[in-house]
Amino acid sequence: MTLTPHGMRFAALFVGAAISGMPALAQEGPIRIGVLEDQSGDFAAATAVKVHAIELATKEINDAGGIAGRPIELVIYDTQSDNRRYQEFMRRVLQQDEVDVVFAGFSSASREAYRPIANQFDGLVFYNNQYEGGVCDDNMIVTGAVPEQQFSTLIPWMMEEFGPNVYTLAADYNFGQISAEWVRQIVAENGGTMVGEEFIPLGVSQFSQTIQNIQESDADFVVTLLVGSAQASYYEQAASADVGLPMASSVNVGQGYEHKRFNPPSLANMFVTTNYIEEIDTPASNDFVERFRAMFPDEPYINQEAANSYIAVNLYKQMVERAGTTDHDAIRAVLGEGDVCFDGPSGNVCLDPQSQHMSHTIYLAKVGDDHSITFPRVWENIEPYWLGDAGCDLTKNDPSAQYTPSNPPPAQ
Amino acid sequence: MDFFHTIFSVMYQFGDAFAFLVISCAGLAVIFGMMGIINLAHGEFIMCGAYVTSAAGRAGLPLPLAILCGALAAAIVGIVVERLVIRHLYQRPLDSIIATWGISLIATQGVLILLGPTMAGVGTPLGSMALGERSYSIYRLVLFATSIGLLGSLYLLFYRTRFGVISRATIQKPAMARALGVDTRRVYGLTFGLGAGLAGLAGGLYAPTMTMVPTMGATFIVESFVTVVVGGADIFVGAAPAAAVLAIIRASLTAWYGHLFGQIGLLVAVIVVIRVMPGGLSGFLKRFQR
Repeated sequence: MTLTPHGMRFAALFVGAAISGMPALAQEGPIRIGVLEDQSGDFAAATAVKVHAIELATKEINDAGGIAGRPIELVIYDTQSDNRRYQEFMRRVLQQDEVDVVFAGFSSASREAYRPIANQFDGLVFYNNQYEGGVCDDNMIVTGAVPEQQFSTLIPWMMEEFGPNVYTLAADYNFGQISAEWVRQIVAENGGTMVGEEFIPLGVSQFSQTIQNIQESDADFVVTLLVGSAQASYYEQAASADVGLPMASSVNVGQGYEHKRFNPPSLANMFVTTNYIEEIDTPASNDFVERFRAMFPDEPYINQEAANSYIAVNLYKQMVERAGTTDHDAIRAVLGEGDVCFDGPSGNVCLDPQSQHMSHTIYLAKVGDDHSITFPRVWENIEPYWLGDAGCDLTKNDPSAQYTPSNPPPAQ
Repeated sequence: MDFFHTIFSVMYQFGDAFAFLVISCAGLAVIFGMMGIINLAHGEFIMCGAYVTSAAGRAGLPLPLAILCGALAAAIVGIVVERLVIRHLYQRPLDSIIATWGISLIATQGVLILLGPTMAGVGTPLGSMALGERSYSIYRLVLFATSIGLLGSLYLLFYRTRFGVISRATIQKPAMARALGVDTRRVYGLTFGLGAGLAGLAGGLYAPTMTMVPTMGATFIVESFVTVVVGGADIFVGAAPAAAVLAIIRASLTAWYGHLFGQIGLLVAVIVVIRVMPGGLSGFLKRFQR
């Protein structure tokens, strides 16, 4: 059927009105948050709780009226501890589901697998995990702790307590290698000695040779950066061989709650810097744990990633309400104002505009002989200063890269 | 004295690697080596044994009894699996790969769904002993002794008992065995069950030293297949010397260059052996027997 000239003009007017009317309609729908977390596979013990934390935050926000009146809708995919699933679901969640923001990733390998896709489709992704630091990318907002928060507090404290000789056991992939680099640097800065470094392929579960190497070295303490269930067999084997050295870690206890899963005293004398674990005894923490267990009574453990995910949902809410829109550039502009903060389970935390990382209060947790937790030391409000100091400024430009101490941002 | 300590530590590392290879490959050597079934669910029989052992140990049974329970549970599961699935696949090796892989997936995901991502284990018993400036886990020395004992008992079983002779005869010449009145289907079922039980025994023996997750079988699979392939069809003339040779390669490379090179060494050894001795060590050694 053909339209008369009069009809054509009318049709064009109608279509134009419909198109201009659509954005207004779209703003009224729910805010969709994509959740890509490992609910099965090797990492699930530490990450299934993150989904629950996001669900708890979502329920609390929706009960209070949502974000600027719009309810939150979660689009959850199980990435099965498989990097290819992360890539597949990141594409799906950005292209097909068209969510407003994504909460994704546990292992650093998974993050680096999906980051190019987030860059390609200009998604906004919250990475709520502690990691080896250095990601300078304006598509990423990182609420996890970084080496200058975890290692710069832990290693000097351990060296002062136990001695200057350090042995590092790290998982052999980007997280382990870069974290080991940080440890090396901090040990050198504090006048200590690296008496040994071993990188263990993921999936290795027999550590007799490693244990012997540690015993033959003069180590005063062992920095354990072991990831995954196979490598976690080390603690049991080291305890049964009576290695007897204190251990320092940025990943254990605070993520995989090994002190609850393994028999005492295999984790005795382990010191972990974490920004949150459920044993922290502050009013904010206890209230959070109570609300969490009210919604999820069978939750095995509430770890730092759960707290970070909960805080991240609330930070996102704040930024969207302040920006008045879910548009990513507007959100980044709000972040750039420098005062996006939230009073959560771990105290007051703020987002740093230059690196889009989060400040943290760091708790030093000590695992006792019976696997009970005490906190010998707390460091208040440590900024994620390294990236900003090294030259990453996301308010000015976006290199979309990851930097390490040996590969810092290029001099401007 | 220091020389003695060094020798002991070298022997300990070798014994540890040897024990791991022998114990983890025994079940596969029976099922794959003797029966020719490519059993990709081997790791899951190990996991079954480990889980039952841990559950029994936590329920109060002494550890040796708990390990036997684990082995028995895996054997029973093996007999059931054989009757339901494997029985139909004896002449179809490629299909047995897919079927056993499917069983493996069902087992790991099923355990994950039913029992969660992790299970509390039992601690390693027996403590440690110090020698010089190093200390050693006594349990791992027990594991080495167990691996030798395992080889000995399997030898006695297959070469000195009626069941062993019938089993070997049935696997080598099934038509002849049937002609002589042997119920070959029952023998196959029992032999497969024995292989599964040995896998369960491996799981039970290593359960106190490892974290219990549904995918824990994956850490045994590579070493088991490597040892059985290098060893060839016969457990005693093949898998045992293969385990010894591979243990030496792995222990020395891990000691000198680290875990990564230990694993690389194992895999390079397989490639070389398959190329040079396609029948494995036992095929090579048996040629001298005639």
